[in-house]
Amino acid sequence: MTVKCVVWDLDHTLWDGILLEDGEVTVRPAVLDVIRTLDERGILHSVASRNDHDAAWAKLVELGVAEYFLHPQIGWGSKSEAVAEIARRLNIGIDTLAFVDDQPFERDEVAFAHPQVLCIDAAEAASIPELPRMNPRFVTADSRARRHLYQADEQRKQAEQGHRGTSEEFLAKLAMRFTIAPAQEDDLQRAEELTVRTNQLNATGYTYSYEELDAFRSSPDHDLLVAELEDVYGGYGTIGLALVERGAEAWTVKLLLMSCRVMARGVGAVLLNHLIRQAHSAGVRLRAEFVPTDRNRTMYITYKFSGFRELEQRDGVSVLENDYSRVQDDPPYMTVLVKG
Amino acid sequence: MATDAKARIAHYLSGFFPVTDLKDDDDLFALGFVSSMFAMQLVTFVEHEFDVVVENEDLELDNFRSIGALEAFVGRKLAATAAS
Repeated sequence: MTVKCVVWDLDHTLWDGILLEDGEVTVRPAVLDVIRTLDERGILHSVASRNDHDAAWAKLVELGVAEYFLHPQIGWGSKSEAVAEIARRLNIGIDTLAFVDDQPFERDEVAFAHPQVLCIDAAEAASIPELPRMNPRFVTADSRARRHLYQADEQRKQAEQGHRGTSEEFLAKLAMRFTIAPAQEDDLQRAEELTVRTNQLNATGYTYSYEELDAFRSSPDHDLLVAELEDVYGGYGTIGLALVERGAEAWTVKLLLMSCRVMARGVGAVLLNHLIRQAHSAGVRLRAEFVPTDRNRTMYITYKFSGFRELEQRDGVSVLENDYSRVQDDPPYMTVLVKG
Repeated sequence: MATDAKARIAHYLSGFFPVTDLKDDDDLFALGFVSSMFAMQLVTFVEHEFDVVVENEDLELDNFRSIGALEAFVGRKLAATAAS
């Protein structure tokens, strides 16, 4: 799996020297190159350092590199806890993290607690961009903007924490616009990237290649839809994908997925709701395939609470069917635009 | 115990719905749009708050539709746990 975030130690890793002993430290130019290269590819960065938080953060700001690091963990706790906290805050799987440290003890401690984390010796840092797991198949507009998308999310979270009132009142303040449109050719790289990156909100776990998606796009028996979201804090990019197979009597949702970043916005149900209404007005049944994994329970609940019932199970695939007992309107706190 | 469970459920739901007194049989799913996040949070709340496991076959709207439905569902799950 492609690495989504690289977690850096500071002393003798990001910079030469030990901040609290030497005072003056300099960023290793090779490491800075690596950070910029990966940032361009849409791979995020964070920090796990045993250090005085305020002094280390002030140094990162002074060195002009602080903007690269999301949810930095600087303090006196263990590095295994730090990387777990970063994965939790970013809402990504711990198996998509890499950890770079000059000290074997720290790498062993992280590797022991989290065998899925890719641990790298700081001495090898310059060659990180060549590792296969650091090379996403496509670099899309969304991947290049990924750091900024996460930073905007952080602003939203802080606004939400400061908000008094119900969650729905907060969502109304965001003035969200959700756009559903047939996938165009230039959406396909991002669509493939979504099928590969998304685990928690993927109903079937099917991944499709660019070529397969392109074939569905032009197939008369399929609808390939992409969803975008924006709000007062800016765009979230292309965050959802649905693939519907149109049969004469029933349509089948083969794929429904949403980026983890928008989980709290409830948009999975909005896209599903759109499909329910379309199938209902076309006078066909709506079925959906679901393959349970240890991560996608949210999607199962979304289906069940949207009026789907299990019809049958075959080869590990559950087939659900909507009973049309509850065809919802779009949420009042969101504008939904459907393009033809 | 029964009223206690009801109070805990009502208190939890008050954070989501802009109504001051939710009645026992008010249909939560008719009150507003049900987001994926709310659905997941509600299921997780029931599991953690009452220490029960919500199985796939329990994931029916009728178990989660209202304060009364949730209270009855939690009661059935706790009774089943106590019996086994």
